[in-house]
Amino acid sequence: MNLRATPSQTVGPFFSIGCDRLNATDLAEHSVPGERIEITGRVIDGDGNGVPDAMLEIWQANSAGRYAHPDDPQDKATETRFQGFGRIPTDSNGAFWFATIKPGPVPAPNGSPQAPHIVVSVFMRGLLRRLVTRIYFPDEAANDQDFVLNFVEPARRGTLIARGFSGEKTKLEWNVILQGENETVFFDIGL
Amino acid sequence: MMNLKGFRRPLAGAQPNYLHPPYVSSVKRAPTKRLVTIPQTLSEITGPIFGVERVDVKAFDLTKQHLGEPLGERIIVSGRVLDEDGRTVPHTLVEIWQCNAAGRYQHKVDMHDAPLDPNFTGCGHTLTDSEGRYRFVTIRPGAYPWKNHYNAWRPAHIHFSVFGPAFATRLVTQMYFPGDTLIPFDPIFNCTADETARQRLISEFDWKTTIPEQALGFQFDLVLAGREATPWEPPRPGGK
Repeated sequence: MNLRATPSQTVGPFFSIGCDRLNATDLAEHSVPGERIEITGRVIDGDGNGVPDAMLEIWQANSAGRYAHPDDPQDKATETRFQGFGRIPTDSNGAFWFATIKPGPVPAPNGSPQAPHIVVSVFMRGLLRRLVTRIYFPDEAANDQDFVLNFVEPARRGTLIARGFSGEKTKLEWNVILQGENETVFFDIGL
Repeated sequence: MMNLKGFRRPLAGAQPNYLHPPYVSSVKRAPTKRLVTIPQTLSEITGPIFGVERVDVKAFDLTKQHLGEPLGERIIVSGRVLDEDGRTVPHTLVEIWQCNAAGRYQHKVDMHDAPLDPNFTGCGHTLTDSEGRYRFVTIRPGAYPWKNHYNAWRPAHIHFSVFGPAFATRLVTQMYFPGDTLIPFDPIFNCTADETARQRLISEFDWKTTIPEQALGFQFDLVLAGREATPWEPPRPGGK
């Protein structure tokens, strides 16, 4: 290693002028195979207030469990109409919404399947570097054996699992709680 | 077993902590519980790729987005996206945003009493070329006051967003200008403990990219985490 990595800095309050262009809240057109899901939630600060100037970036596999990336070595179906990237701003109440398809399972380093999940970066004024977290799905037997969830103490795993609401399995709620008792689990993956 | 190489973790002090009380906005937004350290999996060592179809080839030039020319000092900001081993990162998306020469953002939340420039929006993007190079033409941004503390002023800066090869290499940062007298007083610049790492945020004035009679050149390289030398061993699950 001969160069020092560039430190992260906050996106600040004005990032939307540079970032809105890539906003993508509906990731999968209807011809993309997979179970369509909608996820809504809020980003909440340490005072319990919604964060109106946050941005989520999500990354996920397709319904077969393959990433649209050349380093994914799996022999699974690729899907040219589905890239798996979303950029989702919060509104004036700190709320967000996105629609996508449920990702298939991807392997963990030890070869076991990970439970279906979406990886998430959270950016906002006040964060000097992004927060990294994951969205898992309710009623998913594979959650119990999931490689990453097993690094998390059981009492906090629920913060990573979306909840169904209004009786519809495909409409899910998942929140980003920045501080406090129900603080979302955030991961250290490096940067 | 999957034979995948992850990305190196930062050295101690080389990236900011989430909580940095001199930067007041971090106090209610930084996590209070310890982050859960996990190995990078296939989900983290892959990431979005943006092809030429997602890029406006004219978006590198922030001085040509309107009918007239923006006011201020025209500058060329260029450099390379590299990793810690000096390997170039080709064809990766770089986004920038900034205020105008008077220190005002084209943003509804910016209440600074300074003029907007109808010929300057302040955002651009480009892909690095096959050798990891990028280049923007823009206007030198102004300093501006903010409410962090009494008489607080941000040094002139340009926001940079870069993706790199994976979710694990995603970086958003800010570029500063050499010799800016506000830098030593800025809690955002100073949030990174390691002095050498911090200096990475300051661009260098550069004669080679300065265009006579037209624009000063500044060089700013973005260095992303390098690849691990060996594929990782899966750590034992069950830890905190």
